[in-house]
Amino acid sequence: MDSALIPEGVKRCPTWQFILWIGAMGAVMMWGVFAMILVYIKGLNQTNMNNAYGFALWIWADLAVIALGGGAFFTGFLRYIIGKDELKHIINYAVLIGFICYSSALLILGFDVGQPLRAWFIFWHANVHSMLTEVAFCLTCYFFVLCIEYIPLALENRQIDKVPFFHNLSHNMHAIMAVFAATGAFLSFFHQGSLGGVPGVLFARPFGFREGVLVWPWTFFLFTWSAAAAGPCFTILITKITEKAVLKKLVKDNVIELLAKISGWMLAGYIVAKIIDTVYWALFTAPSKGFTLMDFYTNNPGSVYGIWILIAEIGVCGVLPALILITDKGRKNQIALFLAVLLAVIGVCLNRWVMVLQVLAVPVLPFENWALYLPSWQEIATTILPVAYGIIMISLSYRYLPVFPQERELNPIKSPVSAAQTQPPEPETPSTGAEPEPSPAGS
Amino acid sequence: MFPFNFEWIWDMGHIVFHGGLWYALSIMGLGLTYCIIKAAVDTAKGKGGHRD
Repeated sequence: MDSALIPEGVKRCPTWQFILWIGAMGAVMMWGVFAMILVYIKGLNQTNMNNAYGFALWIWADLAVIALGGGAFFTGFLRYIIGKDELKHIINYAVLIGFICYSSALLILGFDVGQPLRAWFIFWHANVHSMLTEVAFCLTCYFFVLCIEYIPLALENRQIDKVPFFHNLSHNMHAIMAVFAATGAFLSFFHQGSLGGVPGVLFARPFGFREGVLVWPWTFFLFTWSAAAAGPCFTILITKITEKAVLKKLVKDNVIELLAKISGWMLAGYIVAKIIDTVYWALFTAPSKGFTLMDFYTNNPGSVYGIWILIAEIGVCGVLPALILITDKGRKNQIALFLAVLLAVIGVCLNRWVMVLQVLAVPVLPFENWALYLPSWQEIATTILPVAYGIIMISLSYRYLPVFPQERELNPIKSPVSAAQTQPPEPETPSTGAEPEPSPAGS
Repeated sequence: MFPFNFEWIWDMGHIVFHGGLWYALSIMGLGLTYCIIKAAVDTAKGKGGHRD
């Protein structure tokens, strides 16, 4: 039915299978939309946020998806500015993932702001002393950059590309993409950093507070660094999951290995800096505010924040994946590679959780207790909503756009002529059209 | 956002923040405008048939 829209030379699942898949994801999305409507109509009383937790699940999800979407800016930086030409085979997917992540972040912010009709206030009446103003500026601008980077891919749809104006527009946008990519890298550096700067400047909350250089706490640089390290890992992870879902190889190993190697060294550098930062904070910064390291981890009856979370974040999800990714053997072993990128992704999400929620959980006054928080179903549903939206976006883009330039080469379809030449003649069978694939997941 | 807003002050904070914002917006705006105009000119010259 939609075969005219599907890129040439590739196979996709039958339309009914695709519609069924989109319908299933759409149902999940509708659950999130229902919760979103409740939040918009009834307000933030639909959440379990309270005076202790002004930031909660949504802000964690925001910070996590922004970090994971960092694969777009860093891969773009490597491809267009540094000149790693091999990455042109994965840049489309990195941009698509970044686009989904940043649009999701803006969507979630829309719930959290509570009055989306006044979202423009942050631009018009900007508080230039707030790091979050800079985050809002850069986040919005970078989302526009991602739209600009995604448009040429959308224009390469088989039917749209037939229109000469769109063909030329796509070509021209590709030609100056380096300018947009450089702007994106500039914007990302600052908003990733400023998100880290927010806990870093909270001098009344010693768990998050860090010293730094000029107005920037060390967390500013650590957040940017971790996003640049874990973002490409997320791109690799989603690529691998997509390959498993469609039962096809979509990107050559040398491309994945190059991105994994760069991410590995970025992660290794980041984790060394993070360890130094943690040691300095534990030995000097926290004691200067009257706390010891273990006050933040063991003196917490009723809380889940034990020392395990620090070990998990830095050791299991930091050092271990970095060691796997910087070794040639580790990158070439598919299971080890998958495990490493998965751990790196979990690590950055855990880091954001700690820097948003554990910061608020830790008591800062002697008579306070650990503050507990469990998200409401509305918060969970609205956080799952962007996941379903992302899967739908990936499914639509994969089906109708040439997202993976190497797909055709890696999965050649035998033409009827060549098939007839290579195979013995068979009795006539009825034509079944597009060959169904076993799983419609990424189709 | 603009110097004519009542709360605008010509200080370093406003210049850096809004300078960065307008820098990014200008690059995006000018870049897109260039691409669209060039695409229109190229199309008028008959360039860019479909790839089939």
